[in-house]
Amino acid sequence: MSGFTMPSATLLAQSILSGVFVGALYGLLGLGLSLSWGLLRLINLAHFAFAFLAAYLCYQMAQVGVDPLLALLIIVPMFFAIGAGLHWGMMKFQITPFNSLLITFGLTGIVEALIQTIWTADYRKLESSYGEHNFKLAGLYVPLPELITLGLAASLSFAVWAVLRYTDLGKALRASAEDAAVAAAFGINQRRNALLLAGACSALASIAGVCLALGFTLAPSQIYAWIGVVFAAVMLGGLGRALAPLIAGVVIGVSEAVAMAVTAPSWAPLVSFTLLIAILLFRPGRAA
Amino acid sequence: MNKTIVSRRFTLLATLVGFCGLAIAQTPSGAPIRIGSTLALTGPLSATAQVHKIVGEIYVEQANKRGGWLGRPLEWIVKDDQSKPDLARTLYEQLVTVDKVDLLMGPYATGAILSAMGVAQRYDKVLVHHTFGIPSLAKYERAFPAWSLGSDPANTVPNTLFDALAAGPKPPKTVAVVTSKFPSIQFMSAGAREVLKKRGLTEVLFLEWDFGNRDFGPIANRIKDAKPDFVFVGAIGLDGNLLLDAMKKIDYVPPQHFYLYPSPAPLVTLPEAKNALSVTIFEEQQPFLNNVGAAEFVKLFRERATAAKLADPSVEVQAAASYTAWQILEAGVKATNGLDDKAIAAWLKANRVDTIQGRLRFDGTGNYGDDLMRIKQVQNGKWTVVYPKEFTAGGATLQAN
Repeated sequence: MSGFTMPSATLLAQSILSGVFVGALYGLLGLGLSLSWGLLRLINLAHFAFAFLAAYLCYQMAQVGVDPLLALLIIVPMFFAIGAGLHWGMMKFQITPFNSLLITFGLTGIVEALIQTIWTADYRKLESSYGEHNFKLAGLYVPLPELITLGLAASLSFAVWAVLRYTDLGKALRASAEDAAVAAAFGINQRRNALLLAGACSALASIAGVCLALGFTLAPSQIYAWIGVVFAAVMLGGLGRALAPLIAGVVIGVSEAVAMAVTAPSWAPLVSFTLLIAILLFRPGRAA
Repeated sequence: MNKTIVSRRFTLLATLVGFCGLAIAQTPSGAPIRIGSTLALTGPLSATAQVHKIVGEIYVEQANKRGGWLGRPLEWIVKDDQSKPDLARTLYEQLVTVDKVDLLMGPYATGAILSAMGVAQRYDKVLVHHTFGIPSLAKYERAFPAWSLGSDPANTVPNTLFDALAAGPKPPKTVAVVTSKFPSIQFMSAGAREVLKKRGLTEVLFLEWDFGNRDFGPIANRIKDAKPDFVFVGAIGLDGNLLLDAMKKIDYVPPQHFYLYPSPAPLVTLPEAKNALSVTIFEEQQPFLNNVGAAEFVKLFRERATAAKLADPSVEVQAAASYTAWQILEAGVKATNGLDDKAIAAWLKANRVDTIQGRLRFDGTGNYGDDLMRIKQVQNGKWTVVYPKEFTAGGATLQAN
């Protein structure tokens, strides 16, 4: 029974839908990471810690009756400031991309310890009215929290894509990433733009965190459970792109879900990382 | 009249002398007996380790009030292994070589216990351990289990479970076995598969997931699609809650369901966990409360756990196994009238010890004795023992959804 089994049409369709939902979360978590890595040349591992910190804050606010989506009004500006502040420190000490990896890894550990001190290592589950609302569409169950995540991931990805493509700020950011010296010669205020982008990336992490809180059980150690697969989505999509993490996330999510439907859940990580290795082997230029 | 006054005075004096004598007898003196252990006071296992810390503190306090061991006070040295088995190994080395403790007590959980067992073996120390999940790995002859799951739990525990189901309202014909690959879980689930086949039941689904799995949606989908009469979930920690959450999203209620080692408090409070089954060695009900020290311990633990703001202040598997470990060590020390590890180990192997779990023996493989695992079920928002009948209270019987 543990080998390959042919799933029923309903099981396959439900699994694909589940894959799309979880893939949207991969994409949303990957969006800020991809922008930071691609446009700021900083590999911000603390992105995941920020997402979880935002999730716990959302959980805490829900305990006193604040609607999780309304909590975004407080959480998003807060994390924008944290992200911009962190990047200000990175710029001040001229941190290289490799060192940014080490520093933000350390920061992740600190945030994990902070979460554990405040909320303990016990699992926490945000109970909200959204969790009670599921509906059926063409025979498939659609949970509202996952639908909200998909909606936020898609709309934010398109919004970021539009900003990068059509606005002066977006063009300036892309130009700075392409050739910082030439961009500076054209009068682009790289420092201000970098702070704005870093703040936006952390704000995106916090939105992903609220989605995490809506659909998943929280534990401090879970921070690390998401890093591998979200990195895979970012690498698969290519760095500094707005729509690519979402598309890659959905591809990975659906692949994992189908793998779980036809084989076993323990095969799911194998699928996502095999996909990543295949892409890196056959299209090495994408991730550079 | 004078005679009466003299008699009263004499009685009063005698009573006072008696009380003083009693007080002197109950006040331990001399150098303390130092017992060393580690616990996962921080890290991912810290929530459960807090239970063991409270239990240890209660036991040491009770023992000192009773006059200590061998007339000497007890001192418990507990270090934080940060939920890391490798650190537990180092700290147990420290306890023996630097702190020079008289006796060792086991840590929590299986990985740390295995590390501590290696150190205890190197220094020929007795190690009574709380909740070691894989008896076949308990090779050290002076290690003694406080969790009475027997030496072959992969066979005996599923048999008890399927006996309970067979005696229930809907004996299952088809079974789905879904399980974590966590070491102390996986072999039990493998045992359940063997047992159900031997009993002529049909396995309609078998799935495994890695420890720390995030997404239980696809697993819930597969279970629903397989339409089993009974779902055996090799769950540890919050796996059961996560799976039930995922089942709720697709509007699926398993007809009968079992969770191996769930976090008891979160599962019992989940509405979807109605009629969920699990295993236990102790619950706060008769006849368990008749066991030696049980009623007083339950009362004290409730007070301390409530003050410490634990999610669940009731005594169940973890707290009971922890208290049992201290009872076993005390029995060995008192019976041998000394702190000699060799003598204590020899006595424990040859004798039985009365504990809050019942009367335990240590003469089986890996020093394990009888499998005392009972079947409990979530009924009316609380855990209730439903099998075997002699361990049920108030006429409780197994229910199906």
